Amino acid sequence: MFGNKNDTRLLLVVAIMVLLAPFILQPFGISTGMNQFNAGYPDLMQRFVIFGIFAIGFNILFGLTGYLSFGHAAFLGVGSYSAVWMFKLLSMSVIPAILLAVLISGVFALLIGYISLRRSGIYFSILTLAFAQMSYNLAYSVFTPITNGETGLQLSLKDPRILDAAGASGSLPSTYLISPNWLNGLEMRDTFRLQLGDWLFQFNTGYYLSAILMLLAFYVSVRIFRSPFGLMLRAVKTNQTRLNYTGVNTRPYTLAAFVISGMYAGLAGGLLASMDPLAGAERMQWTASGEVVIMAILGGAGTLIGPILGAGSIKYFENIFSKINENILHDWFAFLPDGLANGVVWIVSKFTGDGWHLTLGLLFMMVVIFLPGGLVEGGTRIWNFVTRKNRPSRSTDKTYAPKHKPAE
Amino acid sequence: MDVILLQLLNGLDKGSAYALIALGLTLIFGTLGVVNFAHGALFMIGAFSAVTVQKILSISFITLDPEKTNFLGKPLEIKTPYIVSWFGEGAGNAIIDWSVPLAILFAIPVMLIVGFVMERGLIKHFYKRPHADQILVTFGLAIVMQEIIRVFYGANPVPTPAPDFFRGSFDFGVWIGFSENAIIYPYWRLVYFIFSAIIISAVFSFLRFTTFGMVVRAGMSDRETVGLLGINIDKKFTIMFGIAAAVAGLAGVMYAPINSPNFHMGMDFLVLSFVVVVVGGMGSLPGAVLAGFLLGVLESFASMNEIKSIFPGIDQIIIYLVAIIILLVRPRGLMGKVGVAEE
Repeated sequence: MFGNKNDTRLLLVVAIMVLLAPFILQPFGISTGMNQFNAGYPDLMQRFVIFGIFAIGFNILFGLTGYLSFGHAAFLGVGSYSAVWMFKLLSMSVIPAILLAVLISGVFALLIGYISLRRSGIYFSILTLAFAQMSYNLAYSVFTPITNGETGLQLSLKDPRILDAAGASGSLPSTYLISPNWLNGLEMRDTFRLQLGDWLFQFNTGYYLSAILMLLAFYVSVRIFRSPFGLMLRAVKTNQTRLNYTGVNTRPYTLAAFVISGMYAGLAGGLLASMDPLAGAERMQWTASGEVVIMAILGGAGTLIGPILGAGSIKYFENIFSKINENILHDWFAFLPDGLANGVVWIVSKFTGDGWHLTLGLLFMMVVIFLPGGLVEGGTRIWNFVTRKNRPSRSTDKTYAPKHKPAE
Repeated sequence: MDVILLQLLNGLDKGSAYALIALGLTLIFGTLGVVNFAHGALFMIGAFSAVTVQKILSISFITLDPEKTNFLGKPLEIKTPYIVSWFGEGAGNAIIDWSVPLAILFAIPVMLIVGFVMERGLIKHFYKRPHADQILVTFGLAIVMQEIIRVFYGANPVPTPAPDFFRGSFDFGVWIGFSENAIIYPYWRLVYFIFSAIIISAVFSFLRFTTFGMVVRAGMSDRETVGLLGINIDKKFTIMFGIAAAVAGLAGVMYAPINSPNFHMGMDFLVLSFVVVVVGGMGSLPGAVLAGFLLGVLESFASMNEIKSIFPGIDQIIIYLVAIIILLVRPRGLMGKVGVAEE
């Protein structure tokens, strides 16, 4: 598929994992105490793949060009708003909604990127941050007719919904794929439940739609990574000045990367709105931008699979950790003597439940300090340690490596 | 005229906070070349040290008053702060009342230590790494700091009143010859402005008139040469980091009565302070102060109804708008030197 066996294998593995996720993420029986660690329910699985798309897109910008954007959530928010508007005005079909979300956020990214990319380094980060905060503040205040301010944009019975007007009923419609009649509607919230003994597997339409789009997005990102365009972006990361001196105008390349990653964010935003037709300004806040940065770094920025791993693990732990409350901890540590157990529970409870962000912050710092390559680098190191593969070759590499870098 | 003056005054207190935080950020960037995303968290820790001092001072013991009963029919519990029982009624209550200014004494050593530990323990290892890594690790640190504060103080804002003496407002207009009730200004905001003016001038005169300050300034312009002259510049810079942390912390301590501190206040201020630093010119101390006040006042003018009716929502975005224009038109900022961090 790619002319590169490793990439093809990677794509296949990801595809199999994603398509079989309802089984893989549901390893424990529902009546066992371990049920709370199951992640195989539609809402969470949807978030895995949707934020996977978001992180893959962010990685195309940060991983390849090294431009650290702190305002990517703005595109996510814009995508959500445009998708919800499509549901309000046209029909509940997700296809036009997602298309519009990608288009609008692409245009938005073009505008912001055109200005922000005039600077690099920290200035770029601060510019994108400023733009994102500006959009957030505007969505909260002046643009209330478009964004519905603090309440957030929601569906209502009064919406025109031109294409659906004929079949309108008294209740709020839900999102479907193409038409309300095709294949029984194929609504995003439809879930097929399969119970085998104690195991419950849920197959959700919305999840599979998002999963297929994520695989598509992943495929495109692999193509970009391996293309001459991707090579040029890497050159920008390595040494932009030298590239400029050789007569290359780098801005079109970085702008293209920025717009592509903005469109990925828009796709993710559109999908979020398709799963649950709501859009609020808090999706654009800079903490949301920080989250995608953390996802990409945690998984491994600049690697293909890293962002997906990062997004998946953060969303999984966010969900699981916030569920662990003091009662559960008391059960766990019941084997300890009472006083000790209470102390341990007190300490551990600060890191779980509401304190999940504390754990996340610590984890993130550890990764940045000790493992700049993220989970992928950690995995590679362990693999090399187990197989003892790299050891001899590394020593020979050193002897042949040039001692001095060529002049900057 | 009085309306304009009122907005000018209103902008000063926010402007002072921006200026103090931006000053610290610039000190760190100018000396160590590090972009500190955790600086807002230092401001927040300062505000919470005011909360802590207030809490510690009002730790009370409970006595039962058998004469009176509460609504359940049990003896009434009377809380008496230890301070009151030690120093007597008058002095004890006065100490509790003045806890925010007293917190300054507490905050200075705390912030210096936090700054030293941060620099020696973490930032030191990031000098040679790219700016992106510095931003990321300090961003992580900021999350950790604010979550730790949340563990101890909860997610709700903690009201921290100013001393009774400074509570309420006064008629500033009468002082300078306007009609009555034209310019009403809260006392504490004036205090905050004067306080920040003192801190800013203290930092500047420290850098200007002491040998230590001279060495630091020399190190800011040419670190290597200063090192070659046999001066341990790293140590001086560590101390400057502590001072920058203390400046942010003091800004936070005195800000506590203006806005009740909550755990994410630092992040809110951080974004704006970065914008301030960029507008003033990365690495320029006077630029940071000037831009801080300028943007504070601009923000306050933009929130006037007359202006809002022409450009709705301008008060929300004016600062960012100014920053974007400055970055595009004059990338080195208002007072930045040519060629300093201008890429």
